[in-house]
Amino acid sequence: MTMLNVGRPTRPEAVLETSRQSLTGARGLLQDEALIFEMGGWDKTGVDLAPAQHDASDLGDLVRTAPIGLPGLSEPEAMRHYVRLSQKNHAIDLALYPLGSCTMKHNPRLNEKMARLAGFGDLHPLSPQSTVQGALALIDRLAHWLKTLTGMPAVAMSPKAGAHGELCGLLTIKAAHEANGQGHRRTVLVPTSAHGTNPATAAFVGYSVVEIAQTDDGRVDIADLAAKLSPDVAAIMVTNPNTCGLFERDVIEIGRLTHEAGAYFYCDGANFNAIVGRVRPGDLGVDAMHINLHKTFSTPHGGGGPGAGPVVLSAALAPFAPAPWVVSDGEGFKLVEDAEGEAAQAFGRMSAFHGQMGMFVRAYAYMLSHGADGLRQVAEDAVLNANYIKAKLSVVMTPAFPDGPCMHEALFDDAWLEGTDVTTLDFAKAMIDEGFHPMTMYFPLVVHGAMLIEPTETESKQELDRFCHALVLLAQAAKAGDVDRFKGAPYLAPLRRLDETLAARKPRLTWKPELAGVSPAPIAAE
Amino acid sequence: MRYLPLTPADRAEMLGIIGAATIDDLFADVPAAARKADLFDLPLHAGELEVERELSALAAMNRPAGAGPFFCGAGAYRHHVPATVDHVIQRSEFLTSYTPYQPEIAQGTLQVLFEFQTQVAALTGLEVANASMYDGSTACAEAVMMAQRVTRRKKAVVSGGLHPHYAATTQTIAHAEGMDITRLPAAIDAEAAVIEAIDAETACVVVQTPNVFGVVTDVTKIAEAAHAAGALLIVVTTETVSFGLLKSPGEMGADIAVAEGQSIGNGLNFGGPYIGLFACREKLVRQMPGRLCGETVDAQGRRGFVLTLSTREQHIRREKATSNICTNSGLCALAFTIHLSLLGERGLRELAELNHSKARELRDALAKVAGVEILTPRFFNEFAIRLKGDAAATVEALLADGIVAGVPFFRLAPEAGMDDVLLVAATETTTTKDIAAFADALARRTGQ
Repeated sequence: MTMLNVGRPTRPEAVLETSRQSLTGARGLLQDEALIFEMGGWDKTGVDLAPAQHDASDLGDLVRTAPIGLPGLSEPEAMRHYVRLSQKNHAIDLALYPLGSCTMKHNPRLNEKMARLAGFGDLHPLSPQSTVQGALALIDRLAHWLKTLTGMPAVAMSPKAGAHGELCGLLTIKAAHEANGQGHRRTVLVPTSAHGTNPATAAFVGYSVVEIAQTDDGRVDIADLAAKLSPDVAAIMVTNPNTCGLFERDVIEIGRLTHEAGAYFYCDGANFNAIVGRVRPGDLGVDAMHINLHKTFSTPHGGGGPGAGPVVLSAALAPFAPAPWVVSDGEGFKLVEDAEGEAAQAFGRMSAFHGQMGMFVRAYAYMLSHGADGLRQVAEDAVLNANYIKAKLSVVMTPAFPDGPCMHEALFDDAWLEGTDVTTLDFAKAMIDEGFHPMTMYFPLVVHGAMLIEPTETESKQELDRFCHALVLLAQAAKAGDVDRFKGAPYLAPLRRLDETLAARKPRLTWKPELAGVSPAPIAAE
Repeated sequence: MRYLPLTPADRAEMLGIIGAATIDDLFADVPAAARKADLFDLPLHAGELEVERELSALAAMNRPAGAGPFFCGAGAYRHHVPATVDHVIQRSEFLTSYTPYQPEIAQGTLQVLFEFQTQVAALTGLEVANASMYDGSTACAEAVMMAQRVTRRKKAVVSGGLHPHYAATTQTIAHAEGMDITRLPAAIDAEAAVIEAIDAETACVVVQTPNVFGVVTDVTKIAEAAHAAGALLIVVTTETVSFGLLKSPGEMGADIAVAEGQSIGNGLNFGGPYIGLFACREKLVRQMPGRLCGETVDAQGRRGFVLTLSTREQHIRREKATSNICTNSGLCALAFTIHLSLLGERGLRELAELNHSKARELRDALAKVAGVEILTPRFFNEFAIRLKGDAAATVEALLADGIVAGVPFFRLAPEAGMDDVLLVAATETTTTKDIAAFADALARRTGQ
């Protein structure tokens, strides 16, 4: 039986109808929502607190006298405000969110429920260690899973996001070089296709960044790498699978050459979801790799964070990992917080406490749910879905690297749009009108007009078909000369195209009372 | 495998359309030697009930802060978060959305960030704030590096009143970028020594108020000394609720203010995720790290919000970016903004007064215990006490009475030689009964 699952095509006349404006700025039930500063009362609060018993007299002139400028909302007002705002967001729970390199997959609510157990959520980081043995055990078990899945002997759990993990990895490498009398190494090699965080992190740590060229088939140019490896090179940073969605076929050779030159092999693990359960980075010669728990192990992205970026380390780098870490003596767990004492080689501390515990709980729940068998299936389905999209869309679009399979994401360029007067951006905005979040645009930089599509393993074939069908219709419209559909898009989103140039030229980063003609009342004397 | 929608029939059909015989064909680029044929030595998949059972058992091995009298602070504080906050942040449209790269369909997240930036700027008394950072400690390190970019100087003077973990994080991260960190020794009244350490090479001075011992300080004089030497003043705050009662960093002359925002809207979470607040003077905005949300208009002239000034950021500037940070704590910022909207000016002030009141009540009770010396002269909701003997041992002893007495300073800074110092905090969640139980138990353990 064939189900009707392609959706209704958008009618051009329907678009024209919606150009009529309402009197209030609201659009049907989609409210035109003011800022809290324009609606809240300066003397209103949505929280009932017990009265304070003591006065504040001994704080003297340190007590604030000027008003802060914070509006208050009653609970029903706050609820309505934020629920209305939520309705202006796209989310993975609404439809496919095919941002390449970002890995937007289903976020199981079980993980949320577990992270909110009082035994995890209401746990103070500096509680006596005898009272947090379950939390330390969880960190230890999660570390075991990460080490097993990557084939690496050690892991630093404290980095708070992928880029923070990169920083941790490079600081570990730097510490190891310095300990080994190699502190003179000042260069980090980074392929042209790398995430912007890679060169930024290397520069941050004081390294100079040298780019490695890319081959015509989208991989690291081994000849260029060999030419640039020198006694000055501290590390190479390679993303594998890379940002073109391709596996670096020569990865073992990259590791061998790097090690021969006395440098360390850093792997950007942002795309680990493509190989988890099938390939161990440790077997590829990797010395350090961060794992974006939010991507591979599905902790919700929350509109931009928080993430978590533990870094797995090879035996050569393990002694230099930052504090804190968990050790077990058979009877219980101990949190080692003082790097000076127990491991003099540790390079320091990445943040105040032990890492993103809330994310650890979610990631561990995800791992237990999938198990060894499920995680292997994760990689297979992620890769299968991406190749399916590549096959289905290659009918109308031009894949950047047509030969051979892709991994977890499919990369297209804009050659197929040539002569249509439609750009990658226009095409992306038109996708919004069809109910889909656009793909990643213009990245990686090595491909002209790049469109990077990552479906992930939690999409059904039906949803992929629906998506591909919509994109094929759009591509046909572009090629048929229906330029208006694209240039003005999106027509059906809460807002039309936003002026980003104006925002950058005249930055307005906070609400200013004088612009709205109101001012906060001074705090009433009581 | 309840999260994976493909059926065996789907997979077979899809492979056919792709033109591959088996799934292994799609992994053809992986060297044969690196392909793992067997399953990893880990348990197989488990149902929701089994997972819930295992994690609940781990959670049950911990003693949550709410299980009884509890007095730990030192950079993380137990506050009551209204139920509305958690309900809203669990809405799918906030929880499962990504960085707002497509502003037309991300106005919910973007407007919240704009409200958040405005609230943070108001709290800190500065003109601009970013859309949040990982936590207070990493925000502190970023502030020091920002001062280096602004002043083109390399030296940072770090007060001995700064949380030792913040100082260690700054020393690790900012030092790696070439900063020379002068970290003054830990002392209750550490701010007095800061001014003497400022010289013509100083890029910035980092002070914390209330400091790690709870001392509330007027940093105006430090600001004057820093500015006279051409340096910036960075003011750190680990207890954001204190802004409701105390003068803001901006009012006292800070150029950059960083804070841990966990106290508002966010749980303890055993140390993370937390939320770093970061604000500065408007003229410094182009050297700021992290994301910024700005107001603009759409094609029809309607107000809207976008991420802006991204030419500072790593995805545009690569190795020349102001920071390598490419995420923020978006969901934590949402929780912060909702809670602070519920509080409002009046609620925050009342909450701060209540916290201060509870801490004074605690101080009065502990001051009556023989052998306890109150070390912090003026505090907000946290202060240091000196015990007769080892503070960690006292904490362990009081656990037997069901009381978590506080954070031994030794745990934060073993090298400081302050083994008899205990940091104790009270918040609105602390009851008079909790305080009495603590004082009684302490008197029994140390009073004889």
